[in-house]
Amino acid sequence: MTSKSLKVTIERGAAAKSAQHVFHVPAHESQTVLDVVSWIQQYADPTLSYRFACRVGMCGSCAMMVNGVPRWTCRTHVSKVLEGNAITIGPLRNLPTIKDLVVDMDPFFEKWIAAEGMHHGGLTREDPIAPVDEKSAARLEANAGIECINCSVCYAACDTVAGNPEYLGPAALQRAWTLLNDAKDEGRNAILDAVSGKGGCQNCHSMGSCTAYCPYELDPMSAIAGLKRETTKSFFNRVRGC
Amino acid sequence: MLSVRLYFLQRITALLMVPLVLGHLAVIVYAVQGGLSAAEILGRTRESALWFMFYGIFVVAVSVHAAIGVRAVVHEWVGLKGAALEVVMWITGLGLFALGARAVWAVTFA
Repeated sequence: MTSKSLKVTIERGAAAKSAQHVFHVPAHESQTVLDVVSWIQQYADPTLSYRFACRVGMCGSCAMMVNGVPRWTCRTHVSKVLEGNAITIGPLRNLPTIKDLVVDMDPFFEKWIAAEGMHHGGLTREDPIAPVDEKSAARLEANAGIECINCSVCYAACDTVAGNPEYLGPAALQRAWTLLNDAKDEGRNAILDAVSGKGGCQNCHSMGSCTAYCPYELDPMSAIAGLKRETTKSFFNRVRGC
Repeated sequence: MLSVRLYFLQRITALLMVPLVLGHLAVIVYAVQGGLSAAEILGRTRESALWFMFYGIFVVAVSVHAAIGVRAVVHEWVGLKGAALEVVMWITGLGLFALGARAVWAVTFA
């Protein structure tokens, strides 16, 4: 760190651009963006609202826009994102702001449900445990996306969500793709119907911001491409069946 | 916003256009050898069922494909929705079709 103080601009609230507050924060080695936000709240402005929990990249609650890019603030070192001596932090894009750096995650999770991102079980507790072939192609597809922790970084990064509020978004669709490939999930038709509605996977322009910015390096864009293939097959199968 | 039917129509017309675009480019390269004249082009296309089909299908595919694409762009960038969005799509599609069909008709029958 070349300077002892960081110039930190916080974009507060819904009218973020018009409510920019500048703070000068002491610089430290191995300092994260979350450390910076916490310092401001503890030493400069106790009214600053933000959200965090685990501080180690497990809970997915501290995502914010850092220099215009969605990131987990807890796992983002200041030294990696500093522009000169300055850094700008704002609330996540594509979600309504509640206050300061806190966004309303309801639309994100409502779309998760709308995409049938829930388990569709077919067995009871009396049934024997169904074996899962860990090496099957479907299981490998499912495994590729199951580490998602719902941080909404991909949703904030998605330009299609920005222009088309009905679009379900990358996280919800990736969840649907993992369930479609899960041998224990029996909701195939429900999932395919859900992801081919008006806000469905066909709205994706494959711009790839979701995959580029996912902190876990997951690949929602490929998952959505998989959903497009499956909905296409299902559509033509249904047409043939008519 | 984009329904599955429109999505498939746009993909199918894209598939149709791949060989048509390649064919069109090949004809351009072939046709300019030794100079280009209206008489040479009309000599090839006039009363030719093959070229009428080739460019006729091309015009239909372009009209459908572009109209759906414009619909998505206008929705995402201008925020237009509902009936107004459908009107923009149809005007774009029918407009492109009218322009293209007129040209195909002219080089085949006029």
